[in-house]
Amino acid sequence: METTLTEQKYNFEIVKWFSVVSVVYFLVGTLVGVYIAAELAWPALNLNIAELTFGRLRPLHTNAVIFAFGGCVLMATAFYSVQRTCGVRLWSDKLAWFVFWGWNLIIVLAVITLPLGLTQGKEYAELEWPIDILIAVVWLAFSFNFIMTLANRKSSHIYVSNWFYLAMMVMITYLHVVNSLAIPVGLFKSYSIFSSVQDAMIQWWWGHNAVGFYLTAGFLGIMYYFVPKQADRPIFSYRLSVLHFWALTFGYVWLGSHHLQYTALPDWAGSLGAAISFAMIVPSWGGAVNGMMTLSGAWDKLRSDYVLRFLIMSLAFYAMSTFEGPVMSLKVVNALSHYTDWTIGHVHSGALGWVGMIAAGALYHLVPRLWNTEMHSSKLVNMHFWLATIGIVIYIVAMWISGIMQGLMWRDYDEFGTLSYTFAESVAAMHPYYVLRTVGGFIYTVGVAVMLYNVVMTIRQAGSIPSGAAEPAKA
Amino acid sequence: MADKIYSTKLQDKLERNVWALLIMLMVLLSIGGIVEIVPLYYLDDTMEHNARPEILWQRGEGQTLADWKPGDGIRPYTALELSGRDVYVREGCYLCHSQMIRPFRDEKERYGHYSLASESIYDHPFQWGSKRTGPDLARVGGKYSDEWHVKHLLDPRSVVPESVMPNYPWLQKAELDPDTVTRRMQAMQTLGVPYSEQDIQAAAAQVQGKTEMDATVAYMQVLGTMAKLDYGVVYRE
Repeated sequence: METTLTEQKYNFEIVKWFSVVSVVYFLVGTLVGVYIAAELAWPALNLNIAELTFGRLRPLHTNAVIFAFGGCVLMATAFYSVQRTCGVRLWSDKLAWFVFWGWNLIIVLAVITLPLGLTQGKEYAELEWPIDILIAVVWLAFSFNFIMTLANRKSSHIYVSNWFYLAMMVMITYLHVVNSLAIPVGLFKSYSIFSSVQDAMIQWWWGHNAVGFYLTAGFLGIMYYFVPKQADRPIFSYRLSVLHFWALTFGYVWLGSHHLQYTALPDWAGSLGAAISFAMIVPSWGGAVNGMMTLSGAWDKLRSDYVLRFLIMSLAFYAMSTFEGPVMSLKVVNALSHYTDWTIGHVHSGALGWVGMIAAGALYHLVPRLWNTEMHSSKLVNMHFWLATIGIVIYIVAMWISGIMQGLMWRDYDEFGTLSYTFAESVAAMHPYYVLRTVGGFIYTVGVAVMLYNVVMTIRQAGSIPSGAAEPAKA
Repeated sequence: MADKIYSTKLQDKLERNVWALLIMLMVLLSIGGIVEIVPLYYLDDTMEHNARPEILWQRGEGQTLADWKPGDGIRPYTALELSGRDVYVREGCYLCHSQMIRPFRDEKERYGHYSLASESIYDHPFQWGSKRTGPDLARVGGKYSDEWHVKHLLDPRSVVPESVMPNYPWLQKAELDPDTVTRRMQAMQTLGVPYSEQDIQAAAAQVQGKTEMDATVAYMQVLGTMAKLDYGVVYRE
């Protein structure tokens, strides 16, 4: 495709802006993560400053990586791939810019309010009610623009990546609206309208599906567009994509209750969640296989194509954590793993491995095409790949050891039938692993800093070439 | 990308019509949530007090929160405790401390009787937590003295050397605002928490001159002490 023509035809300006801010938020989110990891290893780092304590920065970390970084990546890639796969420009440029500025305003408000301790006290849904309303408005604007673009498409069928984005948009709307229902007491405080077991169920219906739809379905949308594009091959199996799409979207919704096993949630709900969680290995691996096998017959590309390495490694982590998750939802495993660092390790193999690496791959694919140039340094892309991979492995191994050790120490009895360890002893035993986790996270973050540098240099180098004079990039 | 398309008629229709796909997704995605959430509102055995009403405090005619004695049953938080709970939520304590004891032998010995759903019936939002970087707090009330809690909140490592908890020196300097707590109790009342008018009128006086530290300690000390649970009774199957 002739680049100058496609630039006129499509709105890539919005994709550029979302791409750049997502790399910035990637670094901010992981940096905050490293800091709070260090706080758990060396509590003096809380510095007796309220705004810097673990309890206030942890929501900032999760919100920054999920909603700032993840959100901007999803918006960049959705706006890009929907135009490409539909052969039309975005339905509304104005609405797209409203989404950009609205979403970034939300992020700025989160950065201000969360350290101040303004929170609804529900995990991953901490932001107070005025920001929640803003999120709903911007999210619906994003979804509406996307849907109208699909409705305007030139192609006869809707491409598979768009099904996944659409499922995410519907489900996140449901989840956000219901879970955030609260009664305000002034501008900065509200109380959830739910309590006890109903609140717990609704919270984890939200909590797990923020993972299931935002970080899984949405990022599978990215996978279905960018893996075949980067590999320059069609997706392995259309049939598999149909099957795993419907199984995944229908099934994921049920999983939240596995976070509440052995709690005061009625056993039927927890067991139902666990049973469906276990069955979810099948559709999850359907997606992983479909992505990886797209490379079948062209595995040699991994040797030279660093971007493809990111995409394929992300699928490997996706396959691993979607195996680990169902195992952890089994009651016998959950009894040990719940409340421990194992959960944190699991989340990070998904977040750093799957989400972070597929996002990096997609962004490395996008940046040269958007700015009509080559990446400043492909060596640095490779360096980022290895820093990311090594960082993740250190992180999750540290959390496996500390998590399983915690679980075993808490339930251990001595020969007289009394508990072997006090809780404080289990905390002390975690120290080396908390240090190791900080190191792993730091290495990963250095990789992200390398990425930001590389992206900035690429854009600067593109800026020095007069527009229109550059060689057309491979579409 | 796909020259040859295999699909069923329904799939083909959905792929050609974004509105049909949207409606299909809207229906399909609502099912799991409805099946798992809605029954929790009408199945009687979800909340243990439906079978054993004595778990909840049965307030007599004209009684106020001041008439309640430990063990009388689950009651709404007093003005001071509610203020402490707000501090607990603000500081993100739930990110490291659970308030949900599971029915295992080790948890029973470490923390006490397993938690009941009815025990958090007035908790908007619930604070069960998902992680134990620190110990469970569901029944921490009465285990330590007020002085211990103050010392621990100011400098955790002075009483528990292994602790990784932050120091909370600012709690002692922040005074509670009587107007705020009154408005917050009224909001809770709107949500169905059974505060009487006297409870709300008494709120301002109760927090007058008190600090966030006093409130946090009051909240810690009431956790798990409201209902007297009997190990001989099966509250939950």
